[in-house]
This record gives sequence, structure tokens and C-alpha cells, in this order.
Amino acid sequence: MSTQPISNQRPPLDLQTRSMRLNTARRNATNYFISALSVLATVLVILPLIAILFYLIYKGASSLNFAFFTHIPAPVGESGGGMANSIVGSGIILLVASLMGIPIGIAAGVYLAEFGRGKPLATAVRFTADVLNGVPSIVMGISIYSLIVLQQKHFSALAGGVALAIMMVPTITRTTEEMLGTVPHAIREAALGLGVPKWRTAISVSLRTASPGIITGCMLAFARVAGETAPLLFTAFGNQFWSFKLNEPIAALPLQIYVYAISPYDEWHRLAWAGSLVLIVLIMVSVTLVRIFANRGVLKGGS
Amino acid sequence: MGVGILVEGLNAWYGSTHTLQDINLPIPANHATALIGPSGCGKSTFVRCLNRMHETNPIARATGVVKMGDIDIYKDASPVEIRRRVGMVFQRPNPFPTMSIYDNVISGLKLNGFRNRRILDETVERSLKQAALWEEVKDDLKKKSGASLSGGQQQRMCIARALAVDPEVLLMDEPASALDPVSTSKIEDLIFQLKSQYTIVIVTHNMQQAARVAENTGFFLNGKMVEFDSTHKIFTNPKDKRTEDYITGRFG
Amino acid sequence: MQNSPIREFLSKRGSGSLADNSFAAVMLLCALSIFAIVFFILTILILRSHQSLVQFGWKFFTRQAWDPVSGDFGALPFIYGTLATSLLALLMAVPLALGVAVFLTELCPRPLRAPISFLTELLAAIPSVVYGLWAVFVLVPLMRDHLGPFLVKTLGWTGFFEGANFGVGLLTASIILAIMILPIISSLTRDIMNAVPNSQREAVLALGATRWEMIRIGVLRNSRIGIVGAVMLGLGRALGETMAVTMVIGNHPDISKSLFAPGYTLASVIANEFSEATGDLYLSALIEIGLALFLVTIVVNTIARLMVWAVTRNAPARVH
Repeated sequence: MSTQPISNQRPPLDLQTRSMRLNTARRNATNYFISALSVLATVLVILPLIAILFYLIYKGASSLNFAFFTHIPAPVGESGGGMANSIVGSGIILLVASLMGIPIGIAAGVYLAEFGRGKPLATAVRFTADVLNGVPSIVMGISIYSLIVLQQKHFSALAGGVALAIMMVPTITRTTEEMLGTVPHAIREAALGLGVPKWRTAISVSLRTASPGIITGCMLAFARVAGETAPLLFTAFGNQFWSFKLNEPIAALPLQIYVYAISPYDEWHRLAWAGSLVLIVLIMVSVTLVRIFANRGVLKGGS
Repeated sequence: MGVGILVEGLNAWYGSTHTLQDINLPIPANHATALIGPSGCGKSTFVRCLNRMHETNPIARATGVVKMGDIDIYKDASPVEIRRRVGMVFQRPNPFPTMSIYDNVISGLKLNGFRNRRILDETVERSLKQAALWEEVKDDLKKKSGASLSGGQQQRMCIARALAVDPEVLLMDEPASALDPVSTSKIEDLIFQLKSQYTIVIVTHNMQQAARVAENTGFFLNGKMVEFDSTHKIFTNPKDKRTEDYITGRFG
Repeated sequence: MQNSPIREFLSKRGSGSLADNSFAAVMLLCALSIFAIVFFILTILILRSHQSLVQFGWKFFTRQAWDPVSGDFGALPFIYGTLATSLLALLMAVPLALGVAVFLTELCPRPLRAPISFLTELLAAIPSVVYGLWAVFVLVPLMRDHLGPFLVKTLGWTGFFEGANFGVGLLTASIILAIMILPIISSLTRDIMNAVPNSQREAVLALGATRWEMIRIGVLRNSRIGIVGAVMLGLGRALGETMAVTMVIGNHPDISKSLFAPGYTLASVIANEFSEATGDLYLSALIEIGLALFLVTIVVNTIARLMVWAVTRNAPARVH
């Protein structure tokens, strides 16, 4: 090619040669083939989701009854019983976790967004948070076991709460930072220009403006740990009876589902399905409720 | 009542850029002073040094003496205390989006812990009237978000917000640059009325605006103050060749 | 006017520098607590696994024995089980996740986009134990009665599908893992593809490329580092996934070529045996497994984050 003499007259470009047409046909075929594959992949992904949701509602709803919400588990062999103590137990553990995890997570996010801009320390914190986010929950479980349960010499609701709190922190930190980052700098300047101290600006202006996003982030973190089982196995441990004390083993919905699912009894399997349905509905309802409340406080016309 | 400002040997840096070089300027009380110059000449940095907003940027730094009345704002007070005495209006309206009009106006008081309801109500009315916005918004003070107003209304609300803390000095950094002509003329009328009660410093890139509202005008170029005189003199008989070039439109 | 109540009030307010400094200090402290958490986890794991670390040394990870009775411990079967299930899960999930991401960013009609992303993100919100429950009662029978025999018939010659098929085992665990990591990989990949500027797509289209060629040259080639990062993040999740795997993998420390064979993973052996571990050495060996899991996921996640950052760093933040 390179030895060809340069001619001023370029030959006309023929787009209708046989090889050209074949090439186009092949390219179009590949195009359709790949498009079809990606549609197929999407269908294949949605299929198990629908299967899981369908099974959950079908099996769960048929096993749900009033006793499920009012009774504690029945002994092996007896029918009936419910998971009332597990629902309450999960509530207590999650309350402990939220009380510890949400403030720390938000504060760390405030540091990253309001004080740490461009500092190497902030980059390190951000990165550590991302890494901590990927630590397997079972590892969190045995760490808290070693740290708290072994010291206290017994399993406890507190230990379970701490394990879940630690899992909430990195997610909340990163969302808080991200949401504060969307607050325009001009608004902070407006407050500072009025002689408002920086701490007050951070709380009443930056955080308040970003609050819908931050609340949503907290709820997502909450929803994520609400279904966690592994970190509770050796911390909250589970309990067949009522327990309201922070320093005693306590029942939790995911733990109870696990125990029942791997048991050999049909009656318990039924309860496991019902428990799963209740767990998912509780997660969804709490997330939706908080979103509605978070949106209500915002005035019309505000962005 | 306003208070005069005396600036002596003010220098400011952004990182390693020397944005203000040895500025000396007396700003008389209860008058409007305009600062003009091409963009990037340091006039915005200058007003931000007058209420120590400049240093909110971590890489920024300033040295020199700025006397407000008899106190040196860089020596005798904290930034927070200075900013409470100096109102500031920014280039673009920046209402607090989560607050109602009412809360926006008194935010400087509420966020600083002022609680007296009666005085708060009075202040909202007083400052919105001063900002010529009262008639337009008095019916939905607490119903509407500050962000739901039009751009010109927002900027007047921001002026009301700055006036609500009863400042001695009002700094305006190109307050009309993001507004339409009608809103701009409203803001100019406002400045004209306010300057008998407050010391006003207004940055503008619009020379007609400076000529209309200010008694004195300073011309900035490349981080230096080239000339400061009465507005009339600056626009009719400037001493410096560079000022003349600028106001006759030969550059910038 | 000279001394209005407002001016008087404000002039009496202090500089607030004490409040400001303590606020900044508290925020900093909370940020530093994230370091402290990681540091504590690491320290406690090393302390508690000390006995096993001393007794077995590095050989712990190459020994096949797992005999609590005689106190002989090695982690090889668990490493094998973890790697086999995770890699198999990636093998199934990655092509599907890429397909979904390509569909959602490039092909999907606009009205369908939101509901499908919502559905895939819903998958991520389902707790692990519920996946496990579903796997135990739906996937396991399906594997035992239909999928298993079909695989033996068609792919039996490869030697990967031998022995008794009880429905539980490496393959079942891999499938449930694949379902679980799919949403993570596909939503990250989608973000990364969205970060590719449209000008890149238009440039390729302007040369007369078909849509697939545009995706391949304009989108995939530009985002491949980020996609590898997303896959690594999925791997990190798969390596540490506990409950669902524990429920269907069979829990037996074997190393078998057959995917029907029961296995054990690092996470599931901890979940299963930790509370009944008698003897300090047993407990210490389990904690050492936890330590290994911790370090491996940290390395995998670090590499993955760096890769994802490299691509999305300069892109505008996603609007939630």
C-alpha cells in the first residue's frame, strides 16, 4: 500500500461491493445477537428475583397468623408458637445499633465534608470506610465476640448492637459526605457571612439542607443490618424466651429464621417463611415511613 | 448607623497567588463606595477581606490592618464577631433552601441564638420593608420557601437577611450581576436609600451602576488599587492613565 | 437606633471559638474512630488466634487436616471451597451483570429503565438468610431433581459432575452466591458506563458503527478498568458471604473436583463451628480463619476501590 503512487484522482468509494454488503450483514447480525443476549441476561436476573418474592409471599402469607406476632416459639413437636420475642429482640438490637452507629457515622461524614476537604487524613478515612464496608459480617461477629462477649463472659443484646453499629458506620459516613457535597458552597457562605459559627453552620445549614439524602442513607444502612444474621450468631446468640435486658442473650428475627430453616421440622420451616416475609415487610415499611416523614418537613419550592 | 473603615497595607494570597498587593483605602461612614475593575482584579477578594470571609478558604491568607471604627478586625476580634457587625450580599442570591421566607430573613439572629419572638417579628417586617420586598411576600412569609421566589426577589430577601442583624457595614459583591434589568434597578434604588444609614461597599463590573449609586469609587487592576476618588472625579477626570483607559472602554 | 436590642445581643455573644473547636474535635474523633475500628478488629483477631498462629505457622493454610478431636487444624479445604464457589459465582454472575448493565445504559427503553434498576436493587436489599431459606427449599430440590441430572447427562464427561447429587454442594452454593452478587456488580458497572462521556459514543457512531460496535469500542473499552474493579468488589462480597452459603454448601471439609460434592468455606466453617468449638486451639484456629478472611477481603476491596475510583473519580456524582 505504501508504495502506491499518490494520485490526485481518488477512485470513487463503492459501498455496494459484495464483500462490503456481507460485512454489513455480519455486523448487523452481531449487533442483534448481542442485543438479544443482553435482554436475555436481564430476564435471567429478574427471574430469580420474582421467584424469590413470589415464594416468600406465597409461603409466608399462608403461614402467617395472629399467634406469630404474639407468641414465643413453641417447644419442638408442639404446633403453633410465634416469633414475638424475636421481633421485639430485633427491634432492641437495631435500636442499640442505630443509637451508636448513626451519630458516629454522620459525625465522621461531617468531618470529611466540612473539615477534611483536600486533607490527606480525610482521604485515608474515606478509603478506610470503603474498606471497612467490605469486611465480611461474620468477621465482625467474631471480633465483637472476642472484644465484648469474652470480657462479659456471656452473650448479650449489647454485643449484637455494637456489631451491627460498626457495620452501619462506613455506609452512613460515605452517604453523609456525598450528600453534604451536594449542598452548594454559597449557602454555607451565606451563614458564615451572617456571623454564624462554623459548628452551627454545619448543623443548622449544611446538615439540614442535606437531611433528606442523609436520612435515606441511614435507612439504607439500617435496612442492610436489619437482615444481618452472621454478626449476631456469636453476639446476640438468640433466645427462645422473652428478654428485654441489654446484657442477656436476646432473640433476633434473622437468627430465628436461620435456626428454623436448617431444622428438620415442617412446622418450623413454615415459621421460617413467615419470619422472612415479616422481616422483609418490616424493612420495607420502616424505610418507606422514614422517607415520607423526611419529605414532609421540606417546604414546597425548596430544592 | 454605619461606621467608617480604614484599610492600611492589606495583602492577600490564594495559595501562592498574591491577589491583593498593599491596599490602602479610607471608606467613609454612611456613604456608598463602589469598587470597579476588570474581572480577576481582586475587588471581590478585597471586600471578602473586610469581613474576614476570605480566610474561610483553607488556602487563603491575608495580612494588614483593617480598622472598623476603632477596632482592628484582624487583631481585636474573632471572624465570627466581625461578620455579625458586617452584612454581606453575594453575587448570586443564596437563600437557605430549607427555610421559609420568614426564617431566611431572621436566620442571622436565630442561628446566633436570639429568641425574643416580638423583636423577631418586628425585625422581619422592618428588614423586608427596607429591602422593598414586604408588600410582595407579606402574605406567605411562613408558607413559602425562600427558594421559591424569583431571582430578583431572592436577592432582595438576601439583602433583608443581611440587614436583619442590624449591621454597621453592608458589603455587596456584584449583587445585581445575576439579575435582569428590572430587578437590577430595584436593587440600585435600594442601595440609594440604604446608604444614609449604613456604610456600603459595592463591587461592580458595571460602571454605570457605580456612577449611579456611589459617592466614591476605587479602581482595581491586577491586585492593586490604582485610584480612589469621588465617583464624579473618577468618571470625568481620572488622574491615572490606566483608569482613564478602563472607563473609556479601551480595555477590560 | 444607636444601640438596638439586636446589636446589643449580638455584640455580647462570644466568639464561639471554644464551641467551634470542640465541635471540630468531636467530628475528627468520630472520623478517627473508623481507623480505630479496623485497628481493633485486626488486633483482637491476631491476639485471639495467637495459639494457632504459633502452632501451625504458615503451614496452616496448606494443610488439609481438620480434626478437632486430635487438635489438628489446616485451612486448605476452606480456602478451596471459598475460592471454588466465589470464582464459579463470578463466572455465572459477571456475563449476566454486564448484560444487564449494557441493557440498562444503552438499550433499555426509557420507561423500563427505572423499574428494572429498582428490581435489581431490591435483590440487594433481601437479607442473606432469606436467600438461604429460598435456596434450601427451592434451589436444592431443583438441583437434585432436574438441574443436576441434566448436567450429568450433558457435561458429565468433564468430570466436574460426579458422585452422588444431594442437591447441596459447591454448585448450589455458587448459584446462590451468583444471584446475590449480581446486583452489586451490575449497579456498579452501570454507574461506570454512565460515567463514559456521550461524546465517546457519538464519536464511534459517527464512524458508521453499529450499536454493538459503539458499546464495545466506545463504552466497554473506556470503562474496562472500572468494570474489573466492580467485579473485584463482587468477589470481595462473595468471599465473605456467610449465611446463604452455609445453608446449602453441605458443610464438609472435602476437596473434591466434583461440583456436586459438599464443601466448606472460610466463612461458613466459622458460622457453623464457632459456638461449639471446645478447646482453645480449636477456637484459635477458627479465629485465624477469620483473620485470613479479613485480610483477604481487605486486599481485594482495596484493589477494587482503587480501580473503581480511577474511572469514576472525575465523573459527576450520581444523583440519587
